[in-house]
Amino acid sequence: MVIVDRRSNPQGKSLANRQRFLERVRGDVRKAVADTIARRRIADVDTDEEVRVRVDGIEEPGFATTPEGEHDYVLPGTGGFNRGDRIRKPSGGGGAGNGRKAGRGSGQDAFEFSLTREEFLNYFLDELELPRLARTSLAQDRMSKPQRAGISIYGQPSALDVRRTMRNSYARRIALHRPAKSEVATLEERIELARAAGDEPARLQAEADLVQVRRRLARIPYVDPVDVRYARHVRLPLPATEAVMFCLMDVSGSMTEHMKDLAKRFFMLLHLFLGRRYGRVHVVFIRHTERAAEVDEETFFRSRETGGTMVSSALEMMLQVQASRFPPDRYNLYVAQASDGDNDSADRARVSTLMLGHILPIVRYFAYVETGGERGAFPHHAGRRTTELWDTYEALGANADAEHLAMRHLNDGAAVWGVLADLFAKSGRVPA
Amino acid sequence: MTLLFDGAEWDFQTLDAINRACADIAGGEFGLQTYPNQIEVITSEQMLDAYSSNGLPLMYSHWSFGKRFARDEGLYRRGHQGLAYEIVINSSPCISYIMEENTATLQALVIAHACFGHNHFFRNNYLFKQWTDAEAILGYLAYAKAYVTECEERQGAAAVERILDAAHALRPQGIHRYPKRRWRLAEETERARFRREDAETSYDQLMRTVPGFRTGQEPAEAREKMETELRSRLRLPEENLLYFCEKNSPRLAGWERELIRIVRLLAQYFYPQAQTKVANEGCATFVHYRMMTRLHETGQINNGAFLEFLHSHSSVILQPDLSDERFSGWNPYALGFAIMRDLERVCLEPDDEDRAWYPAFAGNNDPWATLRDVWANYRDEGLIRQFLGPKVIRAFRMVHLADRPTDPDYRINDIHDEDGYRRIASLLADQYEPANLAPLIEVADVDLFGSRTLKLMHDSHRGARLDGDMAKKTLQHMQVLWGYRVCLQERDAESGRVLTEYASA
Repeated sequence: MVIVDRRSNPQGKSLANRQRFLERVRGDVRKAVADTIARRRIADVDTDEEVRVRVDGIEEPGFATTPEGEHDYVLPGTGGFNRGDRIRKPSGGGGAGNGRKAGRGSGQDAFEFSLTREEFLNYFLDELELPRLARTSLAQDRMSKPQRAGISIYGQPSALDVRRTMRNSYARRIALHRPAKSEVATLEERIELARAAGDEPARLQAEADLVQVRRRLARIPYVDPVDVRYARHVRLPLPATEAVMFCLMDVSGSMTEHMKDLAKRFFMLLHLFLGRRYGRVHVVFIRHTERAAEVDEETFFRSRETGGTMVSSALEMMLQVQASRFPPDRYNLYVAQASDGDNDSADRARVSTLMLGHILPIVRYFAYVETGGERGAFPHHAGRRTTELWDTYEALGANADAEHLAMRHLNDGAAVWGVLADLFAKSGRVPA
Repeated sequence: MTLLFDGAEWDFQTLDAINRACADIAGGEFGLQTYPNQIEVITSEQMLDAYSSNGLPLMYSHWSFGKRFARDEGLYRRGHQGLAYEIVINSSPCISYIMEENTATLQALVIAHACFGHNHFFRNNYLFKQWTDAEAILGYLAYAKAYVTECEERQGAAAVERILDAAHALRPQGIHRYPKRRWRLAEETERARFRREDAETSYDQLMRTVPGFRTGQEPAEAREKMETELRSRLRLPEENLLYFCEKNSPRLAGWERELIRIVRLLAQYFYPQAQTKVANEGCATFVHYRMMTRLHETGQINNGAFLEFLHSHSSVILQPDLSDERFSGWNPYALGFAIMRDLERVCLEPDDEDRAWYPAFAGNNDPWATLRDVWANYRDEGLIRQFLGPKVIRAFRMVHLADRPTDPDYRINDIHDEDGYRRIASLLADQYEPANLAPLIEVADVDLFGSRTLKLMHDSHRGARLDGDMAKKTLQHMQVLWGYRVCLQERDAESGRVLTEYASA
């Protein structure tokens, strides 16, 4: 008998199956994540709490019979039955009898399972991409990776290129006429034969040859140091692409808590995505009322403030930060802005000038998300009443640089993921 | 004798000692013949893993296994479902997975149950001898896994998944029910290569489209003759749909046929298990019950361990009655164990009733030989028909419930009394009839010279109808394998009247 301890075997044997399964239920998983994001409090979006996915649409069909027709069941009774007794059939077609019948029907494959946090993030954020990312400059602290760079006559034993070494050895052995082992054997045989035949001169000749051959064998090594080759690796500096994302958020009084919540959710996801996909993306958080301030992550997401609205202040602040720290020839510049669309109409000209003259020419992408009210359609959908800022940005549309500008509406927590995915879809195409 | 263990803790020496003690009893007193045992200790996650692939230690990759894992894990983590104490594989050596969480008593129970009970059944039952090849299954699984992986690399995962999905849908209809010859899995790998070579060098007579042949200018007689001859080669009707597609589908590539074959052979491997749940579990449960009792009698386990065992044992053989909310059909452990215990009693202490029912072996005083014979030569249906005695029928207070579509109520037609025993045993045996495991669908005809439509046929017995929605979806899968349109006719078995027709889109 054999007892094997399998407990230390590598875990996750079913990983390949799980990935195939997740791929299969992509739609359900997406929905679950969108729901989860919508439901969770801001502070919990990126927590370890598991994401539960309810799967409905994945069945494995097969021929099956319905409960219709005549059936005879033999079942364990209670002892209280007599011939001719009647038991009312349960309505809905299910049998009191056979357990097989229960659980049949359309919902048979619905069940819930959990995603790990790792899967959740990988699965969803990997589909996003910063558009038009270009290599603008080499970063200060370079990354590098080893790359094969031909062969070398020096190196570590672990890098020994056996094939090439043996090829060299073979070529050299041929060129120098290194005797083969079989030659030694043949000569030894000849000596034996000559000795047996008593042919003294032949034996002497053969022995002399053998000495010669042995000497050659000793002189010409099988593998010589000159044959040895190593695989050569060089460390190739990896040009790191530097990018900066400016996150602009309106926190003025006109933004309701719901709108702020939506905006924060949007940025939270954006931040999550940038942090995971791009190690070298700088993120600058700017929030504004009628004045703008650069704040840290914690303040940006967690703290509250109210006041009037002056969008230009945020744009100016952004330009100021950009001018002092992020020259456009070295950085890919991105802006994401969230607002309810309210702006002082006196500010309109200023915003247009800043956008056209300064911002749009230097940024690779400007994503504007307008957060709407708690329910109902957007004001501009119903009755064509658009917001001040939406109008302002839309008016820029004719301009050549405005193709870097993308605008989306967001009025529902569940849609946050969709809007983000839409804005940063991995396609090379910039959604207009 | 010394105690094998004391308390719940165990280590590998304990397992070894338990196994030795059990082997002595099994080989001596019980006269069991088993494959060599291999016990593997696993964690709960690994147990879930094993669940998802039908308990097989290696399996090719497919999303449905991932789905099963996700579902079982969800149920387990939320406490809706416990895990099995063990899983045992019909292979040689016979591999039993046991959970690390089990107490020493449970390990002893599991070893007696799986390593000796199931193991003996696998090795001796005629169905397993006929249909499975215990020496070769592990090798074949390794081959299947490697082959599927290779196909995925060459053809792309999507193309492989398409075939596997379709083949999985038809798995219950991919079984040979009537053996032609002893089946040898060991030859499979060799034959796979041969088949590939053969397919490359021969061409398909059946579906040839050589001009001149179908122009309609040849005499009708000759054409008819040709058609008859070709059709006879299809050997219709054929109830193994997967086999039919594998052999005759005009559109499949060699690797696709091989994938179908893999799915088909694995389905065939599990076919005996589905037919012997009651007999197999009955055998294993009876063996563990007797084994543990003997260990206790000989002082190898103490009273505490024996009580713990009895507690587990009685939950395993719990059979709620039909008024109980836990009721969900027959518990094969309970039914099987009751029958085995009854047979043992008939051999040792028969009364007049037993002598009348079982004249052949009542009072023969050799229960083990009698039971070994039952385990070797019967599947569930036969076991119940032959050996479900009046005492067991009374113990479960079995009743016969008739469900007629015209009647708004169920009717009790028979109960556990003198008049009812035979009929109840026979009706319960019908319930375990293998034909009732999955609907029987046959290939009835192929339109050889026209659209190549495949015609399937299902006979509806006693008003049992196919689920239309599922049937359509399954036909869609069948079309993937056949390559052309597939339609299915549902007929009333008695009148021959066509009830419904389904077709793939």
